[in-house]
Amino acid sequence: MSNIESQTIAYVRDTMIPEQAPPLTESGAIKWLRENLFSGWFNTVLTLLSLAVIWWSLAAIGPWLVNTVWNAGSLSECRRILDGTEGACFAVINDRWHQLLFGFYPSDLYWRPVLALVLLFVALAPILFTGLPRKMLWFSAAYPFVAYHLLWGGSVWLPISALLGFVAGGVAFVLVRKINGLAAIFASVLAPVFWWLVVAGPFDDAMSSVLPLGLDFVRSDRFGGFLISLVIGVTGISLSLPLGILLALGRQSDMVFVKSVCVIFIEFIRGVPLITLLFTASLLLNYFLPPGTSFDLILRVIIMVTLFAAAYMAEVIRGGLAALPKGQYEAADALGLDYWKAQRLIIMPQALKISIPGIVNTFIGLFKDTTLVVFIGLLDPVGLSNAIRASTDWQGIYWELFIFIGALFFIFCFGISRYSMYLERKLKTDHK
Amino acid sequence: MSTTTDQRYTKVEPRKSFHLSMLLYDQRYRSITIQVFFLFMLMLGAAWLIDNTVNNLRALGKDFSFAFLNNPAGYDINQRPIEYNSQMTHGRAALVGLLNTLILAVLACVLATILGVIAGVLRLSNNWIVGRLMTVYVEVFRNIPTLLWILIFGAIMTEAMPAPSAFRGDAPSASMIFNESVAITNRGVYIPAIMFERDLGSFQIGPVAPSISWVLVIVIIAAGIWANKQLIAHATRVQNATGVRPKTWWKSILVLLGPIILFFFAMGAHLEYPELRGFNFAGGTHLRNSLIAMWLGLGIYTGAFVAENVRSGILAISKGQTEAAFALGLQPGKTMRLVILPQALRVIIPPLISQYLNITKNTSLGLAVGYMDLRSTLGGITINQTGRELEGMMLMMLIYLAISLTISGAMNVYNSRVKLKER
Repeated sequence: MSNIESQTIAYVRDTMIPEQAPPLTESGAIKWLRENLFSGWFNTVLTLLSLAVIWWSLAAIGPWLVNTVWNAGSLSECRRILDGTEGACFAVINDRWHQLLFGFYPSDLYWRPVLALVLLFVALAPILFTGLPRKMLWFSAAYPFVAYHLLWGGSVWLPISALLGFVAGGVAFVLVRKINGLAAIFASVLAPVFWWLVVAGPFDDAMSSVLPLGLDFVRSDRFGGFLISLVIGVTGISLSLPLGILLALGRQSDMVFVKSVCVIFIEFIRGVPLITLLFTASLLLNYFLPPGTSFDLILRVIIMVTLFAAAYMAEVIRGGLAALPKGQYEAADALGLDYWKAQRLIIMPQALKISIPGIVNTFIGLFKDTTLVVFIGLLDPVGLSNAIRASTDWQGIYWELFIFIGALFFIFCFGISRYSMYLERKLKTDHK
Repeated sequence: MSTTTDQRYTKVEPRKSFHLSMLLYDQRYRSITIQVFFLFMLMLGAAWLIDNTVNNLRALGKDFSFAFLNNPAGYDINQRPIEYNSQMTHGRAALVGLLNTLILAVLACVLATILGVIAGVLRLSNNWIVGRLMTVYVEVFRNIPTLLWILIFGAIMTEAMPAPSAFRGDAPSASMIFNESVAITNRGVYIPAIMFERDLGSFQIGPVAPSISWVLVIVIIAAGIWANKQLIAHATRVQNATGVRPKTWWKSILVLLGPIILFFFAMGAHLEYPELRGFNFAGGTHLRNSLIAMWLGLGIYTGAFVAENVRSGILAISKGQTEAAFALGLQPGKTMRLVILPQALRVIIPPLISQYLNITKNTSLGLAVGYMDLRSTLGGITINQTGRELEGMMLMMLIYLAISLTISGAMNVYNSRVKLKER
């Protein structure tokens, strides 16, 4: 044996060979290209097709974008500057951006909607990011009144007296709770109603005459552009979630009557296009209300959009409720929790977490659907783009306006969807 | 061990008396109390609304009737799937609008499905550039309102396409595509139409008069599909009995295509090409700009959503299924067809159908580009002319509701059929 070994193995290397670089085709860009772009004939065809598409779009749009004219008073002036070459005329944005953003809001008061938007982010921050101090939530609660006052203006005492109604409800609840829990609920409902119906008016008048504070009043028909989309969208989003939760719970309820009303409401709203509901708000509401009453068109639209989104939200949340294992409900019962406590502490946190993607999709859908208000004569960005095109200066300008409006919507909707991905990752508790 | 036999326990009779507070504190009565209260408030609200409506209608001197549907409409509709002129009734105009809505919905659903499946599958492809391109498509279209897309496609059609006059002359600046058969102009797209030399005329059912030839075409195709199904079922029976599957592909082709080709030949079917006559194209089928803008806008927009559904459906199938199929010795094609697709479809189809519902509802945006759908006819011009907002809107909502409920009913049937049967 050893004899054979000594004959066959004449030489055994006793030093390491220095490391060599991998072959050129197995490293770096070439390997990546081969694996990701040209791994087979089909992939090669796809890659070449995509490159062709990209090249073709760049060739079509590139020069047009590069030759942009930023300063001109009208489309004909733009064309004179371009002098026959292909080029965009973003001068229209430069000329009319304030209309696209604010509509016909008085230009010396632009700081008010801007401030409202900045404060919106401040108010949203503690809700969106749990790392921030919880005391900021008080500002979030007061924000709707602040925003109303900033946007519409008028006497400062109107929103304050409305806010005090809620405070009255809270105080009544705390005071009466010591006596009787049920009576506290009634008191917390009755106190604000009493405040708003009886006290608020005289209080408002008295305070206004004593201390006439306030901002210039801006009528609703001055609102327009992206401002109106944001007002309708943000209000609708924040109101439709609680309403949707209630509808979803109603649909799951054991009470036959409550359940059937919720089912009919949800299926009706989901079965008709939003635009018919908006027309109902603008055309038919006069039939349903007592003669002589009429209220703000923006408010009507907000109500309709909220109801519409709430029905979709209810279905999304119902999906989340259905996805919860039955054991969770039974565990809540076994702990002796009552219905609302079980919902608040066990069911809803899990069901809402499951339905985050659906909820966010509904939010984005609602925000995009605010463009439909153009059909009932509100001047949202799309409506204003039509108005700008109808003016003699900018007759026949399309793409620049569409690109600007589309980019604004894209930034908002894309931002919301990215946030929802962050939230999903953060709330993920399984160990995958 | 019941209480009657065991004397150590004293029997406590439940209190028979009924207290008013039990309505709220006793679980047996509480739900009834709440429901009665709820019902009472709801009826109060409904009564208030109806009372207001009756008063308002009386104050305006209007009654509540649908008789206006029988009055002459007096307006024209540019896209007429059935015979219509301005002398016909409002009801007929509404029917034309409804058909236009359905035509657009079907076209957009087909486009959205095709685009969505392609984009969804390609987004999962390991080809880097294609994956990125599809991501851009999905994100850009999903995050911009559909109304804006409809307007953009409308503007592309009317602004960026050549006028019919550009096709004229010795050196025309525009030319027809696909072998001189399709003309894309700023007045719409002209495509060839299939005509029959020996047409069989039409017959009347209710308000519509379908062409006999086309009804026969549909019948023959349906019969072909049914016969093909029988063929395949027979092949499966033979395979189960003998272990050898007979070749069916040539029989399938014969059964599916043979009769329809024979029929077209017998009827003298030929294509009528659009031609430039005077200032415009004539002959062929004219797809109006409004239809094209709505079709592309809705189809491509919704395609982005369908792509996401398809992607999540494929991702939902665990890798173990593929590996198990390979372990059984199935080829990749059969693995896809027999194992992956049936399971993925169960995840994909329900959201796909709700996208179809969205398309159907979004056809009501036709007003933006002047597409004469149900909302533009019944809910637009008819309401403006007759002043019957209440009746018109109610009828329109009911029609949309009926379409939606039909589609979601079909979805429920499908869901219960493919539901995972767990034991």
